[in-house]
Amino acid sequence: MQLSGKNARLRHAATLIDLRRGERGVLDYFDLPEDVALRLMELGFLPGGVVRAGRSAPGGDPRVFEVDGSEVALRRETASRIRLKSARSASGPE
Amino acid sequence: MDPCRDCHAGGVAAPAPLALRRHTVAIVGPPNSGKSTLFNRLTGLRQKVANYPGVTVEQRLGKLQVSRGREVDLIDLPGVYSLQARSEDEQVTRDVLMGNMKGTPRPEAIILVLDSTNLGRHLMLAAPILALGIPTLVVLNMADDLEKRGGLIDTADLAQRLGAPVALASATRGEGLEPIAEFLNGALAIPAPMELPVLNNPPACRAWATQVSGQAYRAPAPPLWTKRLDAIFLHPIMGPLIFAVVVVAVFQTIFTGAVPLMDGVEAVVAGSGQWLKQTLPGSPLRDLLVEGVWGGVGSVMVFLPQILLLFLFIGVLEDSGYLARAAVIADRTMARAGLQGKSFIPLLSAYACAIPAILATRTIESKRDRIATILIAPFMTCSARLPVYTLVIAAFIPERNLIGPFVGTRAAAMLGLYLLGFAAAVFTARVLKSSILRGERTPFVMEMPAYRWPTFRSLGLRLLDRGKVFLRRAGTVILGVAIVLWVLAHVPTKAGKAPEIAESVAGTIGRTVEPLIKPLGFNWKIGIGLITSLAAREVIVGTLGTIYGIESESDAVGLQKALQADLTPGGAVALLVFFAFAMQCMSTIAVVRRETGGWRWPAIQFAYMSSLAYVCAFAANRAVMAWLS
Ligand SMILES: Nc1nc2c(ncn2[C@@H]2O[C@H](COP(=O)(O)OP(=O)(O)OP(=O)(O)O)[C@@H](O)[C@H]2O)c(=O)[nH]1
Ligand SMILES: [Mg+2]
Repeated sequence: MQLSGKNARLRHAATLIDLRRGERGVLDYFDLPEDVALRLMELGFLPGGVVRAGRSAPGGDPRVFEVDGSEVALRRETASRIRLKSARSASGPE
Repeated sequence: MDPCRDCHAGGVAAPAPLALRRHTVAIVGPPNSGKSTLFNRLTGLRQKVANYPGVTVEQRLGKLQVSRGREVDLIDLPGVYSLQARSEDEQVTRDVLMGNMKGTPRPEAIILVLDSTNLGRHLMLAAPILALGIPTLVVLNMADDLEKRGGLIDTADLAQRLGAPVALASATRGEGLEPIAEFLNGALAIPAPMELPVLNNPPACRAWATQVSGQAYRAPAPPLWTKRLDAIFLHPIMGPLIFAVVVVAVFQTIFTGAVPLMDGVEAVVAGSGQWLKQTLPGSPLRDLLVEGVWGGVGSVMVFLPQILLLFLFIGVLEDSGYLARAAVIADRTMARAGLQGKSFIPLLSAYACAIPAILATRTIESKRDRIATILIAPFMTCSARLPVYTLVIAAFIPERNLIGPFVGTRAAAMLGLYLLGFAAAVFTARVLKSSILRGERTPFVMEMPAYRWPTFRSLGLRLLDRGKVFLRRAGTVILGVAIVLWVLAHVPTKAGKAPEIAESVAGTIGRTVEPLIKPLGFNWKIGIGLITSLAAREVIVGTLGTIYGIESESDAVGLQKALQADLTPGGAVALLVFFAFAMQCMSTIAVVRRETGGWRWPAIQFAYMSSLAYVCAFAANRAVMAWLS
């Protein structure tokens, strides 16, 4: 019961890799081991905070994300386990 | 944990000068916040400073005279995001702060260095540090940057809210350091923050940071130039293209740009050698000086300009912040080898020398990845190989234009050797990571620093330090080997005269190993060089210089010419391949032992690299001979 409910939620939730360059999203939760999640939070990836996708290496992996005043590069496999809360929104030019 | 936390609500406790004895003060802060820059400013030392996170990986003690008769021991520490250690370098900081580091006293005060341009996030670290209950001064660094980008801080207000003194400073410019001097001089106070968040809970710490900085801080505008430059350097097509152009240009410059300077050094060495020979009365001592010291040490000295040029390029890469971007671009290649982009930074620094690279692996969280990176680091072409490569390439490869006048054959050959070393590293990592060091893939998480202009001062200091290291090696290892070798080449005397070099002790040693290395295309003279180069790679150049110096009647025969007479083309290629793969460096072996905690890994590494070098040099010799015949 509980499990299927969670799975359904996972399937629909957008993750960081769904953001294209310049788009923003609001962080929800991590699908990652606790120590990795803690490190990401120390770097500014806090639930409820805003992330903006930046540039990437050729091929889109890894990508740089702007969070909380700094820029952090993440591999696709990590970014795909960071869930977003609300629908993403494109940002205006900066 | 901290009795003061509850009883003092707000306000700064009265300054309580500590008794007059030696004090230890630690510099703590997030990575890349300028701790080492500040440490260097205060102590006059030259800790490595560069623009990427994770430069400092060891504690370093420095003395500082704060007033007459009062000295403070200052400790520079690796950067940390929290007191939860996840890698070896973070563990060092934690151990020192907790007083668990052997040989380092527990600090009695802390200078917390934070980046004032990103205060909200950096203040998160203030919570666990203030909770230690040790007198703390909060230094908000990069004040110059903050001002330029239009940020503002009310330090008095912040100090009030934090319950600890706050100073706004610029470590690079040396501005705003007075409060630090005052603090070190005894104005120490136990921090009495209003109330601290639950530690080890980043959201709570972040909320606390926002609340504390509140009205006191206006964040600066985002760094415009960093965004502009990243638009180029991380462009899907231009990025890798620029990367390639820069690399090729570096090699071409190292090869051709350094030539006039090298010729100059060579002329000075040769000229002074001649002068000595003519001025001093003929004696064995004169011969030792001219043939052994001048021939041996002098032939290595010639490569100083080239090595300085290499370090200039490395300095620009490290100081500008481009290195972190290069790590991002290279992450895919590293992933294929089973490693992560973080391994790329130690590997890049291995282009200078494997030893700092092996230390730099401390920033890699995964133990297996760390060992794998340590094992492959010596494959990267360190600067000690440069003289060997240059000598052999210049002797055997004619200079022609390859791509117009921009890229020559020699620079291309050099680039090829660097790529060969890198390929061997990646191959080895792959083998290791799919066998004995197989493990979970660890995430690659790296903070991108803002771009900064490398300063002439910092580049100049780097070159000065490198020059000193090079000269010290020339004056110790290379000189020592040259003298011992010269003596061994002159005994046993026959009827009071020195023997033919082939008959001497040195020659006999060389001829003993000759059967072993003959299949590679090397004769006994190269054999002597291979043995002496176990001390350090570039020693072989000095050794050949000494041997040829003794052999040749006139000094007209240069090292290159003599080498051409002694090596077949097959042997020359084999020698290059051998040097690309072999682990001929005692200091590296010692560091690997220390960092991996035993002889097991260095033994495996030495055996593997030596066998690979032997087999590949053999194959190269055969291939070239077959191709030429
Ligand atoms: N603009 C500016 N740059 C600074 C200042 N202080 C340090 N930097 C630069 O910041 C970068 C990092 O300096 P480091 O001293 O190596 O930083 P660190 O805190 O020791 O870094 P780790 O050892 O990696 O933890 C270097 O490029 C410095 O030149 C400053 O006051 N103003
Ligand atoms: Mg440092």
